[in-house]
Amino acid sequence: MATETTGAVGTCVDSHGSAIGMPQLCFDWFPNQIFWLVVTLVVVFLVLSRVALPRIAAILAERKGTITNDLAAAEDLKAKAVEAEEAYNKALADARAEAQRIASEARAEIQADLDDAIAKADAEIAAKAAESEKAIAEIRAGALESIKLVAKDTATELVTALGGKADADAIAGAVDARMKG
Amino acid sequence: MASETTAAHGAEGAEHAAEGGSLVFHPMDQFIVKPLFGGDTIAWYTPTNVTLWMALAILAIIGLLVLSTSKRAIVPTRMQSIAELAYGFIYKMLEDICGKEGVKYFPYVMTLFMFIVTANFLGLLPMSFTTTSHFAVTVVLALAVFLTVTVLGFVKNGAGFLSLFWVSSAPLALRPILAIIELISYFVRPVSHSIRLAGNVMAGHAVIKVFAGFAAVAAISPVSVLAITAMYGLEVLVAFIQAYVFTILTCVYLKDALHPHH
Repeated sequence: MATETTGAVGTCVDSHGSAIGMPQLCFDWFPNQIFWLVVTLVVVFLVLSRVALPRIAAILAERKGTITNDLAAAEDLKAKAVEAEEAYNKALADARAEAQRIASEARAEIQADLDDAIAKADAEIAAKAAESEKAIAEIRAGALESIKLVAKDTATELVTALGGKADADAIAGAVDARMKG
Repeated sequence: MASETTAAHGAEGAEHAAEGGSLVFHPMDQFIVKPLFGGDTIAWYTPTNVTLWMALAILAIIGLLVLSTSKRAIVPTRMQSIAELAYGFIYKMLEDICGKEGVKYFPYVMTLFMFIVTANFLGLLPMSFTTTSHFAVTVVLALAVFLTVTVLGFVKNGAGFLSLFWVSSAPLALRPILAIIELISYFVRPVSHSIRLAGNVMAGHAVIKVFAGFAAVAAISPVSVLAITAMYGLEVLVAFIQAYVFTILTCVYLKDALHPHH
């Protein structure tokens, strides 16, 4: 095998199969190298231009599109989240205001009820006080009459006991005068 | 098959060394073109190790750019990420240098880059054959770029393409001299473009083989193995950087065709 495959012995290779000078400058081999190089370049060019490059370009474009779409979707979602937060905050503020309103209304109602009750109680108290005053005045008047009566009786009895003749009118006049004095 | 022939060849090289009884280096033997299925003649159509390693490059490119993207995943797998990175890398390079008009030449530039980078890396496999180390290959690549750029320049700009050589920002007296220099540098482009790639790749591979020859001597073999390791690391860098340089120069030349005015 070894001897048959050592290749062309000629101007470029010696009888031992070693190169004579630079194999790069062996003109006998040029047509062969050039032919296969051209074949290779054509095949590589066809593979690249027909299959590989359009495919890679499509993959890169698709990835770019996907990333752009995802970014846009993320932007949308972010805007929605901000919107939702705003709505939430607004609802919260509304609820707070409503609660405050209800609380103040209730407070006003209670205050009104309270004021009513106080006014009613005051009126009752005033009525009771007037009644009592009247009763006291009556009692006071009653007591004066009784004293007058007792004083007249006592005076009459005293006058009689001293041997006088009790003049009812004179005694009554004297008692009244004293009582006034 | 090629590895078998290379292995057979390596064994023969060892025999030579044994016969000679001293250090024998064959750093250039790795670049010999051999028929795959025996025979002595290498006609233009003969399947050779060139054919095999270029076919492997095609398979590698298909695996990297077609099979890895077959799922068309939105969240890419590792292999798909590599394909996307390669695509983005070359696309951005082309767009940055040539602008929007350059983008339609993207498949051509990508073909060049993918072929060179895979061929360079396949060449780093032990016992492999490095197609991009041959001037015949790189000169065809560089000439293809050169001819495309020249034809495209005249088609797009007509005679205006010649303003590339007429530096209007220079003083009038200097312009003819500059025009000659620009013209020479324009025609040297394919030479430097091709020799830079093949020369770098070939030199690195040859140096590794030389160090490997020293590894047969016990006293210095540890140093030799270390040196091979270091060179290999450097070669990995070179494999990528040279593909990158070739591609970026292609873009720069393409820019001249699209916008020849300085």
